[in-house]
Amino acid sequence: MADKFDEATQRELAGFLEKQQAEARLNSAIHNFTGICWDKCVTGTPSTRFSRSEESCLSNCVERFLDTSLFMVRKIEEQRAAANGGSTKFT
Amino acid sequence: MTDFLSGIGKSSGPGDMATRKEAVMTAVRNEVALGNAQQLMNSANERCYKACVTKPGTSLSSSEETCLSRCLDRYMEAFNIVRRTYMTRLSKERLEDQASVVM
Repeated sequence: MADKFDEATQRELAGFLEKQQAEARLNSAIHNFTGICWDKCVTGTPSTRFSRSEESCLSNCVERFLDTSLFMVRKIEEQRAAANGGSTKFT
Repeated sequence: MTDFLSGIGKSSGPGDMATRKEAVMTAVRNEVALGNAQQLMNSANERCYKACVTKPGTSLSSSEETCLSRCLDRYMEAFNIVRRTYMTRLSKERLEDQASVVM
């Protein structure tokens, strides 16, 4: 049966694919953040280097975007818990 | 994309299973790298066009080209700043997660 990979190889490839997919997802997220934060922070004509304020805007932008995302999740969980009469807690 | 799949089912000896495995892995790695480069080019292109070519003429002027090449450099720099910030945040939260599991 030379046509198929043996079981160990199949497992190895499955693990490899999962890692590559995770990396691709990570890259996509970074591209997404870069787009959002570029639009917010880089407003003038691009020069030969970033100003200090543009640089810190970019990294603050990422941090606050992530904070926002966590905040939203927490809010929605609170609302859902309230709608359930406060009896169910989602963690 | 399909090239690497065509070679998979056709080999004869057990010895080249490792070779085929490597071929699949290399193809997947290339695919991920290509997708990454395409995403970068697409968004840099869109944003640098917006920033540098405000009144499209009959051809790109030299000042527009200067702007575009600076913009591309800045976009890649922005990508790296964002990546560094995000990765630092991820590893910080992973540490906090572990700490809260222990407690």
